[in-house]
Amino acid sequence: MGQPRRSLRAFPGWVRGLGSAGEGTAHWWAQRLTAIALVPLTVWFVASLAALAGADHDAVTQWLASPLVAVLMVVLLVATFHHAQLGLQVVIEDYVHHEGLKTVGIVVVKFAALGLGLVSVFAALKVTLGG
Amino acid sequence: MTAENRPLSPHLQIYRPQLTSVLSILHRLTGIALAAGTLLLVWWLVAVAAGPAAFETVQGFIGSWFGRALLLGWSYALFYHLANGIRHLAWDAGWGFELKTVYLTGWMVIWASVALTLLAWILGYSMRGG
Repeated sequence: MGQPRRSLRAFPGWVRGLGSAGEGTAHWWAQRLTAIALVPLTVWFVASLAALAGADHDAVTQWLASPLVAVLMVVLLVATFHHAQLGLQVVIEDYVHHEGLKTVGIVVVKFAALGLGLVSVFAALKVTLGG
Repeated sequence: MTAENRPLSPHLQIYRPQLTSVLSILHRLTGIALAAGTLLLVWWLVAVAAGPAAFETVQGFIGSWFGRALLLGWSYALFYHLANGIRHLAWDAGWGFELKTVYLTGWMVIWASVALTLLAWILGYSMRGG
């Protein structure tokens, strides 16, 4: 948080670069939209996994190869990783007070979510398209 | 009065934990845990795509006592975050702010998350036959 201030007056030099970036509403809205999408998707996914308990590779491949399952899986993955990085960003913003560490943390989270999301979507599509 | 000796408002640890505050921080904690849990999901999907050998490895891990314990924790975290997430969406829509309602929905979240976790595991064990 830096030095304690001795004045309650907000002067431009103090707030410059720390004020609103105008992205709050878009962030909030995206978090809600992905949350709404994830309600039915999560129920579907957990029910599917429970039904697949103990299944061998052939059975799982056959399940994932169905176009409906593949599309739902891709939507689930995109919504999950988007929602996760939005949520982790807020957690970092709330608890990491060092500006540099905060920025690095958010960048790492965003890259990790993008990377893991792409890898998992690619894996799901590879099974579906029979690669 | 300088900034150093201004009175501070009481800090978090002074307050008795309440259902509302405990559920609130649990929502964050389960969210963080679930984000970490996506690593297993990615491993599992990559293993399915890679072939039977890789799939055996990940299934072996999930089937171990450690894997099952992780999965139990993650499944509970998922159902908790799901149920409390719906509670949050209701608040976002402007519903459920009465103190009585907040406590009622809070207890509903607790029972729903436990019940759904049990249901999923019973279904899973019945599918694989014990």
